[in-house]
Amino acid sequence: MRYLELFFSFFQIGLFSIGGGYAAMPLIQHQAVDLHAWLTMTQFADIMTIAEMTPGPIAINSATFVGIQVAGIPGALVATLGCILPSCGIVLTLAWLYACYQSLTLVQGVLAGLRPAVVAMIASAGISLICLSFFGERKPPADISGINGISVLLFGAGLVALRRWKISPIWVMAGAGVAGVALYSVF
Amino acid sequence: MTGNKKIYRKLFSSTFQLSACTFGGGFVIIPLMRKKFVEELHWIEEEEMMDFTAIAQSSPGAIAVNASILVGYHVAGAAGALVTVLGTVLPPLLIISVISFFYRAFRDNALVNMAMTGMLAGVAAVICDVVLSMGKELLKKKRVLWAVILLASFGAVYFLQVNIILIILVCGAVGALDTLRQERRGGKGHEIS
Repeated sequence: MRYLELFFSFFQIGLFSIGGGYAAMPLIQHQAVDLHAWLTMTQFADIMTIAEMTPGPIAINSATFVGIQVAGIPGALVATLGCILPSCGIVLTLAWLYACYQSLTLVQGVLAGLRPAVVAMIASAGISLICLSFFGERKPPADISGINGISVLLFGAGLVALRRWKISPIWVMAGAGVAGVALYSVF
Repeated sequence: MTGNKKIYRKLFSSTFQLSACTFGGGFVIIPLMRKKFVEELHWIEEEEMMDFTAIAQSSPGAIAVNASILVGYHVAGAAGALVTVLGTVLPPLLIISVISFFYRAFRDNALVNMAMTGMLAGVAAVICDVVLSMGKELLKKKRVLWAVILLASFGAVYFLQVNIILIILVCGAVGALDTLRQERRGGKGHEIS
């Protein structure tokens, strides 16, 4: 019964969160805190922090976390499965349609119009992330004296490594993590 | 058959690695996938990756999961999609399962925080790099319309916080109208990318 509830709750979260992690947050809160009392509000805040700190989509992270709290490892599996099942059905259909109709002129036109918008959306997400990294918040603050010098340094070094030396992003991120530990321990 | 197995193994190991490194929300995995599948493996075209991004973004669910389904299906059909979903979901599943037993200690650990703050700067650099590459590729086509869409949708997303689905619908409609207009003109002197 608990498994079914878990599955169905996260199925809804997976189905109705369009536009990524920040759209999923209120849905997760509604299901896990308000509706089922699986988590306290403090636990919810904790899992959001953990989800930001660890890799992977917020919805999957919280599905795993809530699942374990409610019903151990099997609970985590059930909740995660519920969370990704809507995507699998819908996106697989879209992938199939894309493969079928990709070469139609009109579809080409629609997709060509979307491409600049995609670059713009990634750019917007990138700027928010740069602000988060430099200032600790997603919007540029009015007063920039609180800027994190080490983050700026790591960002600059990372960008040079990527563009000039063509180093793999995975190494750049791992290197930034190691350098972060080293630099913050010293300063 | 062994060739197929090799592809599945590569799909799994690639998505597993990428997913293990996607800090900071869904959009981060797109640049990483682009580097891996477009630049390194040449399994996907630059423009197809952008299409996948638009589809992943406007479908329900986590962007990383959606994008991996599209990539997997494109490379190796439905079985490929299953493999990439597994590769994408396993790292967070394993990491959170382990962390959930001592998450307060993890959250408050100074070393973990230092590493995460460092990695955030690295992730920001990766996204910045990809935006520069993608933008350059796009503007190479020298079409004013694309530059206008780029700037307008950036303003709409970043400054006005317009719903992303709405932007995708509008830009798709603009693209469709542009194509129809070009076709009516008799299709001379243009190319559709």
